[in-house]
Amino acid sequence: MSAPVLPDLSGHFGRYGGRFVPEALVRALDELDAAYRTAKTDPEFQAEFRNLLVNYAGTPSLLYRAERLSEKLGAEILLKREDLNHTGAHKVRNVLGQALLAKRMGKPRVIAETGAGQHGVASATAAALLDLECVVYMGETDTERQALNVARMRMLGATVVPVTNGSRTLKDALNEALRDWVASVDTTHYLLGTAAGPHPFPEIVRDFVGGIGIEARRQCLDQIGRLPDAVAACVGGGSNAIGIFHAFVPDEDVQLYGFEAGGDGVATGRHAASITGGSAGVLHGARTYVLQDSDGQTVESHSISAGLDYPGVGPEHAWLHDTGRAEYEPVTDAEAMAAFQLLCRTEGIIPAIESAHALAGAARIAPLLREELGRTPTILVNLSGRGDKDVHTAGAYFGILDPVETLVPGENS
Amino acid sequence: MSIAEIFHKARAENRALLIGCMPAGFPTVEDSIASMLAMHQAGCDVIEVELPYSDPVMDGPVIQRASDIALARGVRTRDTLKIIEAVSNAGAPVVLMTYWNPIEKYGVNAFARDLAAAGATGMITPDLIPDEAGEWIAAADEHRIDRTFLVSPSSTDERIAMTVAQCRGFVYATALMGVTGARTAVSSQAPELVERVRHANPGMPVGVGLGVGNGAQAAEVAGFADGVIVGSALIRCVLDAPDKATGLSRLRALSSELAEGVRNPAK
Repeated sequence: MSAPVLPDLSGHFGRYGGRFVPEALVRALDELDAAYRTAKTDPEFQAEFRNLLVNYAGTPSLLYRAERLSEKLGAEILLKREDLNHTGAHKVRNVLGQALLAKRMGKPRVIAETGAGQHGVASATAAALLDLECVVYMGETDTERQALNVARMRMLGATVVPVTNGSRTLKDALNEALRDWVASVDTTHYLLGTAAGPHPFPEIVRDFVGGIGIEARRQCLDQIGRLPDAVAACVGGGSNAIGIFHAFVPDEDVQLYGFEAGGDGVATGRHAASITGGSAGVLHGARTYVLQDSDGQTVESHSISAGLDYPGVGPEHAWLHDTGRAEYEPVTDAEAMAAFQLLCRTEGIIPAIESAHALAGAARIAPLLREELGRTPTILVNLSGRGDKDVHTAGAYFGILDPVETLVPGENS
Repeated sequence: MSIAEIFHKARAENRALLIGCMPAGFPTVEDSIASMLAMHQAGCDVIEVELPYSDPVMDGPVIQRASDIALARGVRTRDTLKIIEAVSNAGAPVVLMTYWNPIEKYGVNAFARDLAAAGATGMITPDLIPDEAGEWIAAADEHRIDRTFLVSPSSTDERIAMTVAQCRGFVYATALMGVTGARTAVSSQAPELVERVRHANPGMPVGVGLGVGNGAQAAEVAGFADGVIVGSALIRCVLDAPDKATGLSRLRALSSELAEGVRNPAK
């Protein structure tokens, strides 16, 4: 059975997706859609994009067999090393693609929203490379917890605007970027950071990051001679997850797992698990799963990872969840931080706290898969980003920011 | 009286209609009712009640702050319906302006039913375009709620024609590319947009919103549109006032000034 080609022409993944936006943005979305349709089939655009990915961003990223971690977890763990890309995350793929599109549409200015700062840094990078003006909206709270990334963006020539509305986090940065766009669509491309928002963004972002899964699939076949039993990725807005899932969707024997930010635990209400702890609704231009109260007001999300701290999720994930093709589970802050430390200590890799959610999830499903399959399972984990930006958060969490070493190996896990 | 009838009455008087906006429950449920009635008594023909929402992407800082205050005090969707009922019972025609998610959460058909029962004549949906509005269009028809969609200077002629065809009561023309908030000058894009709407349907009343804040601007817009929609400037009267009485008196004064403006359109 072949899966339907989604989204449909009006941007729907089943009942999800679509366009819930002010009319003022429709023309810009139509223009973007038309520009993308042409670019998608234009060999010149594709060659330019591929050239930047290979010669600038450093892809294909490695597929690394994590031997010591595999031993610990009782599963073959393959890490898709997106943390090794330029700017340290999968996001560089999306921003390069969209910045090229902005150029193609003749728009000299890009705006972006950012939570952890990773998408902001990636956008500022692409804008510098392609000579575009760049303005990044960032919740005031996030500018404080990610000061280093704010400095990076400014070094790259971007203007960072701290957003003081609402909860002063990613959700409000997104609102502010949309408002800017309503007033500036003639000259500005909104370089949206995740596979969410109004059509055609979820499709465009998915396609630009889709190389992750295409590469990983080929690398699996080359390196182990078969496909993995499961693919695990963290899900905030969901771009890295859709990027690695997409190529595997038709492979029905490959189980897809999205791990959401469970914060203090979904039952506590302090979390960012939109699918497992939210309900269907409309936010930021699309119908999807949303954290909301019984009146449809958005509820503030919480996660130790600023990059996952978002009360919505891309509409394609909502659809993959409803159809049962992918499974979504919450991972708490504590579980993620234990996995974070485990990867540091077993493999010498400091992951982004986002990616640590995927690792924690892989650790959880490993024994279940072993039992189900009756053999050692192979789990492909998307290591979506590196942890440099999270050193302060992780250091505070583990209590190791003092000059005197207080952490005893093996403790605090 | 339906919103279309109110527009036709104003047209017969050779003037534009004044629509004044206030968020429900700002700063409290009782105070918002008092504000809306004061606006009506001082000359606002129609009260646009805005349902406070956590993520109002079409609104500028003034409306968002007022909505945040209402939400922080615990205002709920059912309070908005109560406010509409009170204002409408007091004789002021009401249209609701609301972002889409709260309506979907309430239940689209149930909301249309309860909105009609509360006495509202219409509903304006800033983030719901006709393309996604199938369920709403059916529910609004069933419960006889006029539906107002937005057109923008960036809308193509095809989209204007499609949108106007789905509107009942009046069309909301956003005067400029931007969000709500009073501006120092009326947008030069507005007259052309109104003209384009008239071209699509000469009989459909057009209300112009975004950027109007004083009597002179109201008169200017009244010179080319059927309705003048004012929000942020009115809300600011309450937001910036040192006390309730001052807020109400400023609200009355500005409403009168605007009402005077729509009665003396600039030629």
